[in-house]
Amino acid sequence: MSIQITIDGMEINTEEGRTLVEVAAENGVYIPTLCYLRNQSCLGTCRVCAVRVNGNISAGCTVRVGKDMVVEVNSAEVADMRKAIVEMLFAEGNHNCPSCEKSGRCQLQAVGYEVGMTVARFPYRFEKRPPEFAAGKIWLERDRCIFCQRCVNLMRDAASGKKIFSISNRGHRARIEIDVGLADAMPPEQVKQAVDLCPVGAILEKRIGYDEPIGQRKYEVHSLRERTLNTEGASS
Amino acid sequence: MKTQTSPPQTASHELPATPPPASLLAARAGKIKMATISLCGCWGCTLSILDCDERILGLLDKVTITRSSLTDIKRIAERCTIGFIEGGVANEENIETLEHFRANCDILIAVGACAVWGGVPAMRNLVELKDCLAQAYLHSPTAVAGAKPVIPFHPEIPRITAKVYPCHEVVKIDYFIPGCPPSGDAVFKVLDDLANGRPFDLPSSINRYD
Amino acid sequence: MKNAIQSILERYGFDRTRLLDMLRDVDSAFGHLPEEALPLLEAGLGLSRADIRETASFYHFFHQEPTGKHRIYLSNSVVAKMNGFHAVRAALERETGVRFGQTDPRPGLFSLFETACIGLSDQEPAMLIDHVAFTRLRPGKVADIIAQLRQGRSPDEIANPTGLPDNDVAYVDALVESNIRTKGPVFFRGKTDFRALLEQCLSTRPEQVAHTIQKSGLRGRGGAGFLIGLKWSLCRGSPDEPKYIICNADEGEPGTFKDRALLTRSPREVFMGMVIAAYAIGCRQGIVYLRAEYTYLANYLNEQLRALEREGLLGRDIGGRKGFDFSIRIQLGAGAYVCGEESALIESCEGKRGTPRVKPPFPVQYGYLGKPTIVNNVETLASVTRIMAEGADWFKSLGTAGSAGTRLLCVSGDCGKPGIYEVEWGIALNEVLAMVDAKSAHAVQVSGPSGECVSAEKDGARKIAFEDLACNGAITIFNRERDLLEIVKEHMQFFVDESCGICVPCRVGNVALLEKIQRVIDGKACQNDLDDMVRWGGIIRKTSRCGLGGSSPKPILTTLEKFPEIYRRKLVEQDGPLLPSFDVQAAVAGYAQTKKDLEREVEA
Repeated sequence: MSIQITIDGMEINTEEGRTLVEVAAENGVYIPTLCYLRNQSCLGTCRVCAVRVNGNISAGCTVRVGKDMVVEVNSAEVADMRKAIVEMLFAEGNHNCPSCEKSGRCQLQAVGYEVGMTVARFPYRFEKRPPEFAAGKIWLERDRCIFCQRCVNLMRDAASGKKIFSISNRGHRARIEIDVGLADAMPPEQVKQAVDLCPVGAILEKRIGYDEPIGQRKYEVHSLRERTLNTEGASS
Repeated sequence: MKTQTSPPQTASHELPATPPPASLLAARAGKIKMATISLCGCWGCTLSILDCDERILGLLDKVTITRSSLTDIKRIAERCTIGFIEGGVANEENIETLEHFRANCDILIAVGACAVWGGVPAMRNLVELKDCLAQAYLHSPTAVAGAKPVIPFHPEIPRITAKVYPCHEVVKIDYFIPGCPPSGDAVFKVLDDLANGRPFDLPSSINRYD
Repeated sequence: MKNAIQSILERYGFDRTRLLDMLRDVDSAFGHLPEEALPLLEAGLGLSRADIRETASFYHFFHQEPTGKHRIYLSNSVVAKMNGFHAVRAALERETGVRFGQTDPRPGLFSLFETACIGLSDQEPAMLIDHVAFTRLRPGKVADIIAQLRQGRSPDEIANPTGLPDNDVAYVDALVESNIRTKGPVFFRGKTDFRALLEQCLSTRPEQVAHTIQKSGLRGRGGAGFLIGLKWSLCRGSPDEPKYIICNADEGEPGTFKDRALLTRSPREVFMGMVIAAYAIGCRQGIVYLRAEYTYLANYLNEQLRALEREGLLGRDIGGRKGFDFSIRIQLGAGAYVCGEESALIESCEGKRGTPRVKPPFPVQYGYLGKPTIVNNVETLASVTRIMAEGADWFKSLGTAGSAGTRLLCVSGDCGKPGIYEVEWGIALNEVLAMVDAKSAHAVQVSGPSGECVSAEKDGARKIAFEDLACNGAITIFNRERDLLEIVKEHMQFFVDESCGICVPCRVGNVALLEKIQRVIDGKACQNDLDDMVRWGGIIRKTSRCGLGGSSPKPILTTLEKFPEIYRRKLVEQDGPLLPSFDVQAAVAGYAQTKKDLEREVEA
């Protein structure tokens, strides 16, 4: 059904039931996302897409647009909430961008730029998160995991349908884990898929490091905003 | 802060100096004073000031750099508007210096990954100080075979802190320029804005964490 | 090992949704989840090891490392700490020779753990030994219990020396007191002719039953206060089949214990509420999700279910109605507060980690196994039974306009008469305090840590009702002598420990708040820190995925509002360039000692 909503006062015609972050992007309003993947079931874990919908704060990726919905994206208060959540992630992990293989193509870093983060307001935690090297083709750099659950939900062993990645423990003690047997059975293209699926540099292919020159990396060529809004031929 | 008792010594700013000529003093008058320092950093961020290239000339029409890492003057002799801090806080001398900067500058800018969150030196925050010292002085591959290992402990050598702190955990910091190092563009944008009375603004196009 | 795991798999029909039960059996057989069990479970369930570990490591009653023969869980709730917790804790360490968080290496007899509120706030300090409850502990009593365990007696034999069968209410009474101080008109009414009641319900159409509940104004007793009749109608109206009803007996909010009392004294009222709901929405299967801390109720409740089956009130052709089949099973939890959130509870019932789901869809559309499901609290379901017996108008005549009926209060802390009180909604806080003999109440934690900490002086006239001072049952009272900041810290620690970790604001933000409150306690905070707490707390509340994060900053936010002086007197002014929170001595003092330690090691 055709409906009208407003985003930051702008009237938008769209179809009922579509995902808010998509509708916003099509109309030139960038809402940062981290765990969200187009055409996949909504994970709703990162909360970076927080917006105000009809007066209440919601994660934009979980919102289906409805008739006369009033959405506030870029007010100072709501923008600061999104920025705070990005800062939480930088304070929680050990995000040493200068030494990270994924720098320049890391979605967390790119979102950090888009929300204008220069420093985290929360104390940097420096928790020990030992990496996992046990699998043959893939290693986990746990310092960088943001628990988006993309790999947990989407990466399955082709033969058995079993989960390859999982999260152990709970709360701030949660850690990303890998099923070594299943990981070793991953074909090369699935390994690449897993590395690309990870929005940060937590899932990495062994024996591959900094394989793109600085200046030519994904988000240096086109920013995350440009890719999301699909401007000037940039695609996500 | 209290440091260990040091033997009497003369600091560089206490040495007799030839006063600059009146014409130079007149040219400096009215300029915004800036002081820079590298705490636990690699000086890369300071070099980014030079990466402003020819734009630095225009900047120097408005700004004069008093105390700087290049002149090696230890103290800020007259109050500054801008303090440019590179590096995190990793030893007691860093604490003292940062304290001195906070006391003598109106605005402090933490520049670079180390000043902003600890950076590469903060990788030691994942291990205990004890393991850190053991690795450096006991099990070092460059240790002299057969020699008794020495862990430095002397009044003139600053004790290192339990962990590396971002500057804003020690004193109030007004602005942050991330990057390892930040580009000349980022450094210039911030300094030029402040020198011209514009608010701090680091657009996403030049804000970088690596 | 192989045979043991195989028989556990068979016991639960190789059903993945029963993973919690299987892990529980593995854990009690081997004291932890042994590495060797993983391939067997993996083969039997078609789950990867990583997946099994994901569930196993989520719940705090499952162990990844070997434990002693007896696992002792001492409740570390704030009420326990007001009643001699520390002496009891010390006695446990002394008598067992084991430190908390550890197991004695040989012969591996004891492991000691602290655990959050176990639903016995009216009789703290309390502990669970191998799921058997021991209450009103004192060091001497602890010494006696440990001595008996060393002699080879089981926790059951110690708590129940006369050997009462564990499926009888007398067994439960031997372990814990129900402490019901006032009762009626809704709860604990004694004999009800359930058969006649059921026949009366069956004589009307299912929609009519849902309508009656809607008309009664009954709102969910778990805390959120959703209209029950509406929830039922939404579920009934959902086109998908089959439908499920789940009774939420995961009473985890620190300070609540009414569900324990209801399940002990009135289990049939609760189960009949499920039967009535089953008729109203059209479902055949119900689950009671019972928190692991109440394991000692499980055999008694199962016996009650069997009795109802024998009486034709559960099972096939219930109440003589051909085709009205409905059975109930008990699903034991394994230690996770967040499972009280209905969608996390559903995940847990499916044998997974208790992660609250993204909503929408809501459980009434997409619940247990993806089917329409209603999740109702124990007290809600007991109310349903009484509403059907006495009528919607009768129920609506009780309480206030916006909060019909009565509420069970669980009163604990600084008062003369802790226990369960049935009150009509609308009672003033002052009246409650007088009733429970709280003579010098200063602060009252209403609804546990996720609720509000109010001032007895300023808020005494407020009414306990959804429209004023909402209350999930817990009323915890603190005198002026209690250190409220320490209590706030304990509550924040609780949320940090219990956050599932799925969303960023709750997982990360609460840790930052806990550090801030510690900074206040340490006398290193300034006004900025308080401002940060308010701002950060607001962000966590608004952006978190479920109600846990939606409430977690409230211990700080509500005390800051009601008792600003406890914060203000701890604040410091910045003196000089260094921030008050930066401790120079702590930063540099360790160097000399570390050097000495290392040199000593080199010498040795």
